[in-house]
Parts: sequence; C-alpha cells; structure tokens
Amino acid sequence: MTGSRAASRASWIVPGLALLAIAVAAVAVTVGAFPVTPDGFFRAVKNLWSGDLPQTSEERVLFGIRGPRILAGLIVGASLAGAGVVYQGLFRNPLVSPDVLGVSAGAGLGAVIGIFLSLPVFAIQMLAFGGGLATVGLVYLVAVAVRGRDPTLVLVLGGVVVGALAGAAISLLKILADPYDQLPAITFWLLGSLASVRGGDLWNVMPAVLIGLVPLVLLRWQINVLSLGDEEAKSLGVESGRLRVIVIAAATLMTASVVAISGVIGWVGLVIPHIARMLVGPNFERLLPAAMLMGASYLVLVDTLARSLGRIEVPIGILTAVVGAPFFLWLLWRGRHGWS
Amino acid sequence: MTRIDRRSFVAGAGLMLLARPARAARTVTDSAGRTVTLPDRIDHVFAAGGPASVVVYAMRPETMVGWPRALRAEERPFIAPAQRDLPEVGLLTGRGDTANVETVLKMKPDLIVDYGSVRPSFASLADNVQQRTGIPYVLIDGRLNAAAASFRLLGTIFGAPERGETLARYSDDLLKSLDTTLKSISEDQRPRVYLARGPDGLETGLRGSINTEIIERAGGRNVADAQDQRRGIAKVSPEQILAWNPDVIVTWDRNFHDKIANKGDDPLWQGVKAVKDGRVYLAPTAPFGWIDRPPSINRLIGLRWLANLFHGARFPFDIRQDTRAFYKLFYHVDVTDADLDTLIAWADGKPPSLPARR
Repeated sequence: MTGSRAASRASWIVPGLALLAIAVAAVAVTVGAFPVTPDGFFRAVKNLWSGDLPQTSEERVLFGIRGPRILAGLIVGASLAGAGVVYQGLFRNPLVSPDVLGVSAGAGLGAVIGIFLSLPVFAIQMLAFGGGLATVGLVYLVAVAVRGRDPTLVLVLGGVVVGALAGAAISLLKILADPYDQLPAITFWLLGSLASVRGGDLWNVMPAVLIGLVPLVLLRWQINVLSLGDEEAKSLGVESGRLRVIVIAAATLMTASVVAISGVIGWVGLVIPHIARMLVGPNFERLLPAAMLMGASYLVLVDTLARSLGRIEVPIGILTAVVGAPFFLWLLWRGRHGWS
Repeated sequence: MTRIDRRSFVAGAGLMLLARPARAARTVTDSAGRTVTLPDRIDHVFAAGGPASVVVYAMRPETMVGWPRALRAEERPFIAPAQRDLPEVGLLTGRGDTANVETVLKMKPDLIVDYGSVRPSFASLADNVQQRTGIPYVLIDGRLNAAAASFRLLGTIFGAPERGETLARYSDDLLKSLDTTLKSISEDQRPRVYLARGPDGLETGLRGSINTEIIERAGGRNVADAQDQRRGIAKVSPEQILAWNPDVIVTWDRNFHDKIANKGDDPLWQGVKAVKDGRVYLAPTAPFGWIDRPPSINRLIGLRWLANLFHGARFPFDIRQDTRAFYKLFYHVDVTDADLDTLIAWADGKPPSLPARR
C-alpha cells in the first residue's frame, strides 16, 4: 500500500466514522422499553421545535431519558477513547488505558465514599470527579518527588501503587457498608451504567470535557512528536516535561468528568484506540478524531444493548468487555500482517 | 448432616431416653432440616447477620452478645437501654464474614442463629461454621409466611415457648386477617408497585425475592418481574419504569424520596403515575426498616402500614396505636410521644435528618 493511497483512505475514514456515530445514535433513539410510535416521535420533535416543554410520556422518554442517555453515551465513549489514545501515545505503550494513572480507582473511591455516607446523587458525582482528579494529582506529585529515574516509568508505577491503595480503600468501605442497602449500590456503580443520566448531567460534564479537549487539539503536532520519545522530541524543540503535564491534565479531566456520571467503564479506553490505530495509522491528528468517533459509536451501541436486552439492565462494564473482546481478537487475527 | 452430628444426635437421644442427666443435650430440627444439638440453657446468642439480630432481639434481648453493626443515633431511642450499647460484632454466615471467629469464641455464645434463606448453600455454610467453632448453629426460615412457625421454633430453641407463641400469634393473626380481606380484592384492584432502592431509585427487588415479598403480601403487584428464575436485586432503566408506570412507589432511601417527592424537578419521575398522584411513600428505618433493611420480622409493622396505604379503610391501621403496640411487643420499648411523632412524620415523608419542606 503506498503512502498516498493510505492517506486518501484515511481521509475518508474520519467522515465515515462520524456518519457511523450519527447512524448508531439514530438507531438507538428508536430502541427502548417504552414504545414510541413514529407518529409520536415526529409529533414530539415538532413540539420541541416550537419550544413547548415535554408533556406526554413519549416526549419525556425521548427528551428526558433516551435522548440524554444517548448523548451521554456519545460523550463518555468519545472521552474514554480519546483519553486512551493520549495515554497510549504518551507512555508509548499499547497496554495503557485511561486508568493507568488511577483516575478510575480514585473516582470509584470518591463515589463509594458518597454512597457510604448516603449522600445525594449529585454529591456522589462530585466526589467521583474530585476523587479521580486528586488521585492523578497525587500520582503526578509522586513522580515529581522521585527524581533521576525515567519519568514515564515512575508515573506508571505511581499509578499502580496509588490505584491499589484506592482499591483497598474501596474494599474496606464495601466491608463496612450496609449489606442490605449500600453494598448493591456500590457494586452497581463500580460496574458502570448510564441508566441514571439526566439532561442536567450533560451540562455539568460538557464544559470539563471541552476544556480537556481544546489543548489536545491545539497541541496535536507536539503530542505526535512526544510519542517518538523524549530524546527525539527534544531534538525537534519540544519541551517534553511541561507538555506531559498539560496532556495528562487534559486527558484526566476528560476521563474524570465522564466517569463521574457513568461509573467505571473499562475496556473502551484500551481497545478502541488500537482499533482506530489499525484503521488510520499512528498519526495523532487523525487518530484522535477517529478514536473518539469510534468510542462514541461503540458506547452507544453497547448501552443500547444494556437497556434493551432484558427488563433489567445489564451493567455496561460487563457488556463492553463481552462485546469488545471477541471483536478485538478478530481484528488482531485479520490485521496480523500490518500490525506495526 | 455430617457423620459427627448424627453420632452425637444418636448419643444425645440415647442419653435422654436412659437417664436425663443434669445437663442433657437437646436436639432440634431447624428450618433447613438440620438436626442440631443444643445445651439446656441458652444464655448467650450470637446473631449471624442483620435479619437474625432482629428476631433474636425480639425473642430474648438479654441473650444478645452484640449487633452486626453498631446502632445509629436515630435508631437508639427505639431499642431497650440494656441493648443500646452492645458492641458491633460483624457478620458470621460462612461467606463474606466480617466477624472474627476467635472474637466470637471469646464471647462464648451457646448458640448461633441465622435467619433468612434456608436453601442448601446456606445450610452447608451453617454446617461449616458449626464445625469450625463447635457452637450449635440454627438456620431459621426468614420468609414472612414462615414467621409464625419460625417464632414457635425459636421458642423451643430458646426454652421460651410462651414468648415464641405470643409473637407467633401476632404474626399469624396479622397474616391471616390480611389473607381473608385480600381474597375479596381482585388482581386488577391491586396497585402496581415499584420498590425503589439506591440513591437514584433505579435499583429494585425482583418479584419473588425476599426484599419485595412484602408488596404481594400487602396486596400489591410488584412491577419488577423478570419473568424467569432470576431473584434478588437488579438495576432497571428509567424507561422501563415509565413503561411500567407504577401506581405506587415505595422506598426507604431518604435522598431519593426527597428528590422526587419534594423537589419535583426530574422529568423521568414526574411522568410516572405514582408521582403524579402523590403516591410515593417513604418507609421509616428506625430501629429497623419497615419494609426491608434487613428483611426480617421488622417488616410486620410495614406490612400493616403498606396494606393500609394500598387499600385504605379495608385494612384499618392506627399508626399511633399500632406502632406503639408493635414497638412494645417486639422491641421492648415504651415509645415516647416525641419519638412516636418522629416516626409518624417519617412515614409521612418527613424524615428526621432532612429539613421539612412543604
């Protein structure tokens, strides 16, 4: 395959993935436990257009429940996959996911503390958000304090250690929690779900995600250089230390804010970046949008399954693995010739 | 039954037939069909978990060696002073234990009581704990329908048959009178009920689980029916709740109740019939929950309350008198007027820890 053909193929892929995400979301709107007739759908859209507040049950389902949930799926999937791309490039390691610096463990601990103290949902979300940011901050401070070693290695090890501590604290709280009341809530939160997402949650999350995304887009060239290694980056005039802080902060902000509303959803941030890399190659400028769009489609698809497979929800963290793992293996097998 | 149990059972039975020695061992058959050898006198009892602690407290409070978890401030007024400060001792059911077996042994209980499911897996866990500790372990059926039989069995076990009979009769009278009246209420006259758990209200107990059997018992229909063999607690989607459109929502989560009953800014719940009709009910949880938490005989008072909420005058319920009587009979306390007012306001949707809103 020649370079120009690859480039022309890649230039088609990103718009194609955007169309795919729109198509998946459109299909997801028509699926759900509450029956919405096509007639009712168009009437609801017309009423929304004329600015009326949701009145009928159909309007409530479409704009109060299903719509926000699908938008949340898009945002959460895109953020997790985007953060995964950033982390994998930054650490030059294909086994890295957004959890590597302990953001999920910290968010989980924050949420579990909230549930343990019987706080309202919004407080639980804020504690999860704060817990995720604080954990990564702590890991970064550890890395700064330990001098004279490979900074990425110290960061990863620090993430493992702090993440393990947060995991231990979660286990302790599970032991202390009320087994008839709080323990199920904790278990469900740690498995991830978009079931309780409301329109208001999106307004809380979007600013943080955008604030995280802007530097990633602006610094896309430098991030490309960074993935070559510190020495090469330095020779090209990129100051890797400061850039690393900004990029970690941005990716962490995106992850922590979406995990606060979705709970812990694994696998998306690990596997979607790989699939995107197989499609568009390692260039960060194309890889970031491709991975985010694929992550968005994938999470909406999986969440639609989660809410329509049965009368009770299947936790999304289970489905992301069950659906993603075989697909990933198939891709590995198909693409084994062009892996590197 | 293990070989050692059987041998000691035969030996015990033989001894009783022959001589009746001073400290003769008795044997009882528990609800799981296990034959357990007991000492004559039961002075110290370890309750294996939350549900067991409620029945043991109701039966013979003075035998308790501790609570699975320490009482909270709001629960203390409804527990007799002698048991308010008992230590926290954790769970001991053979799975996910938090109680230290050595600590348990140090307390020298004569008996371990567990109350709840009597399925084979729990029976084998009971055998396991009994063998490791050498303390007799009885498993008592915790279903509401079994309440009377379980109290009589506990009366025998504790050597307090009159007390067991008193509590059995209360349960029997209540359940039988409910059944008699419910016969005249057809299926479609029974409200469709959603039991909301968790801070977002999206957890529920499936029909047939011990957490929700009170709904059917009080003459309601649980909307959460997986229509297969699944039981227990599940997460459901908000759309599913709108599709079910329950007539009544019951919860004991104060945050959730506050959110949907008082603030009313949530599009999902505002579309549900129960919320529109103002039929969202908050169950008190002091000293134990009225409808669950834990699923034990504390649900008997909630059963009266719910049947009245579901069907009105057909199930008369004088919250002041009936609550006072139940707390006196089962919890050994004369509830003060102020504490009773707290409970009544709580059952009316104004729990103590949240500021009253109108």
